[in-house]
Amino acid sequence: MPPDLLDRRLLFVTGKGGVGKTTVAAGLASLAAARGKRTLVCEVDAKGNLADFFETGPIGFDPRQIEPRLWAMAMQTEESLKEYLKLQLKVPLLAKIGPLARTFDFVANAAPGVKEILTVGKLCYEVREQNYDLVVVDAAASGHVIGQLAAPQAINELVQVGLVRSQTGWMLDLLSDPVITGAVIVSAPEEMPVNETIELAARMRSETQVDLAAVVVNRVLPELFNRAEEEIFDRLHTADGVAFLTGAVGGNATPVLDAARLAVTLRRTRAGHLTRLRTELPDNLAMLYLPYLFTRSHGVRVTTQIAEALGEELGF
Amino acid sequence: MAARGRRTETREPAKSVEKLLATKEIVICCGSGGVGKTTTAAAMAAMAATYHGGKVLVLTVDPAKRLANALGLEQFGNVETRVPAEAFAAIGVEPRGELWAAMLDTKQSWDDLVERHAPDAATRKAILDNPLYQNVTGKFVQSHDYIAMERLYEIHSSGRYDLIVVDTPPTRNAIDFLEAPERMADFFSSRLLRWLIAPYQSRLFNVASKPFYNVADRILGSQFLQDIAEFFILFQTMYDGFVERAKAVTRTLSDRCTTFVVVSTLESAPVQEAEFFVGALSDRDLHLGALVLNKVLPTYLRSTAATKVARSFTADADPLADQVLAGLGDIGAHDDVARVLREVGESFLNYQVVAKREAELRDELSTVPDVVATVPYFDSDIFDLAGLLALGAAIWR
Repeated sequence: MPPDLLDRRLLFVTGKGGVGKTTVAAGLASLAAARGKRTLVCEVDAKGNLADFFETGPIGFDPRQIEPRLWAMAMQTEESLKEYLKLQLKVPLLAKIGPLARTFDFVANAAPGVKEILTVGKLCYEVREQNYDLVVVDAAASGHVIGQLAAPQAINELVQVGLVRSQTGWMLDLLSDPVITGAVIVSAPEEMPVNETIELAARMRSETQVDLAAVVVNRVLPELFNRAEEEIFDRLHTADGVAFLTGAVGGNATPVLDAARLAVTLRRTRAGHLTRLRTELPDNLAMLYLPYLFTRSHGVRVTTQIAEALGEELGF
Repeated sequence: MAARGRRTETREPAKSVEKLLATKEIVICCGSGGVGKTTTAAAMAAMAATYHGGKVLVLTVDPAKRLANALGLEQFGNVETRVPAEAFAAIGVEPRGELWAAMLDTKQSWDDLVERHAPDAATRKAILDNPLYQNVTGKFVQSHDYIAMERLYEIHSSGRYDLIVVDTPPTRNAIDFLEAPERMADFFSSRLLRWLIAPYQSRLFNVASKPFYNVADRILGSQFLQDIAEFFILFQTMYDGFVERAKAVTRTLSDRCTTFVVVSTLESAPVQEAEFFVGALSDRDLHLGALVLNKVLPTYLRSTAATKVARSFTADADPLADQVLAGLGDIGAHDDVARVLREVGESFLNYQVVAKREAELRDELSTVPDVVATVPYFDSDIFDLAGLLALGAAIWR
């Protein structure tokens, strides 16, 4: 039986671009820290907007404390390589690896999996060294995350000898242990995100050894009416209903009722996608639902709201 | 009445997406994922085929079956497929031209490219059989981006179509695919590449590079490096063809027959991406034709008068329910009616917050092109050609 979500040590948060992957990663990290865990949140896509969710300054490779028990960092594969070389190869001076640094971009781009292994390797290292209770990764979007999570395995198969090969073994042990590592797919009740989530969940099972811990459905619209109420609404949203209300409140009621109709329709379209998501994913997979936030605010206030909603869904 | 022929207006900046499509040969849609880029591309192509005529191709990277279905196709792939006349007839539309669709199959396109540039059959086979080939083409130098632009160039220069509308891959960085052809050329002419493969070619290590190989070997293992090197040695045989080609692709992007349409929704991350992209286009002297803003909430949500009405719905739900029951007859229990009125008012105010947020983002857009198309939230998903044309009509003017 896998442990509760936040009791794992390493969580990869992924999902289709635009569904709120970073919001959820920030929310999970914030929740974990609030519940007493020393937490590191790390963004790996170079978009650099994790900082916006905590309204802190720019985040770099060196973890920086941003809240009690919460540290943030941004993955930079070149830095990760330097750190690795210093630690593992006992290469004392960077000067000696000068040519390597210059060649880095080439190797990272050309050799399959090098960038990925440097990313995953650094994260696994933080877990192994027990520097934090939990490492939350704002991981690559659906298109790239499989490559990232499967990198140690791929390297293991491609590289027959050498230090990299000897290093991938322990990473695989960490990644394949559901007590330690889990993936969280963020989705939204819309057609394409649902398609991608279903596909990604299947690929994660077949192509990686990482356990899918949960699917978080973000931006769930509220249900406005029950059936009896909807009948009343339908009656009110007729020509004479609107005319009557307009007279009663002394102002045009059309836009207000039209807006409610729009809300009902949007919710209904999305409910269909939500049902499809639930049916096509394994029954025992944990699903957490986050409400659509009708707020003007963004940044840390949204992160707090998301953290609270996640806490409720996790039964805290 | 003055003639308003499309062709006479080519020197004027286009004032609508309709005119833009009439004067260009290549339209490249870009923007972050999830903003409706693919659907927008398909809708614009469908409109052009229907109303302007000629042969129009929509080239997409999105494998969504729904789009194929919407176009009246079972599926479509790397080969261009014509949208059947019956699909138009079924919705009572008689198109003036032909609509074609193709999906970018990265692997297949790479194979085609190797096919075209390999000097001989033996090299071709060696490349295609190389175990690293698939892995490497899938990963290095943003090969998706490159192949999309390469395919576009190939189709355009064939002259088979009057208009090609392209939907770009969801890149991590919107600018990647613009630079992909150039980077591909750089990559193949790079000294680093030659440096890396030199020892494997000549079997002679020079003194300068030896320390590098020592470190690289220790990290990656020499066999792996050798595999990579052999693969690139094979690829080098295609060097001239590749570089020539990549340069031609770059030229096509900046040609005046090409325009870019930036697609976004009014949410902060996509807008940031859109703005960044607009800047990048201008830095490169590329033509920004239009900005398409998708899924925009209706403007009535921001009306002050409507806000007052919504507030009285929430504040006076109970007395209002009494009036409703007296005026409209027994349409439900008093409490239910009151709850509906309150809910209707609250929902309006909720959505108003979002609508205002959207309007603010719209106002903050610093540089906007001559053409900005605002497309409303469609009630349901687009599942047929009629839906695509309805969306297209909203983008059109």
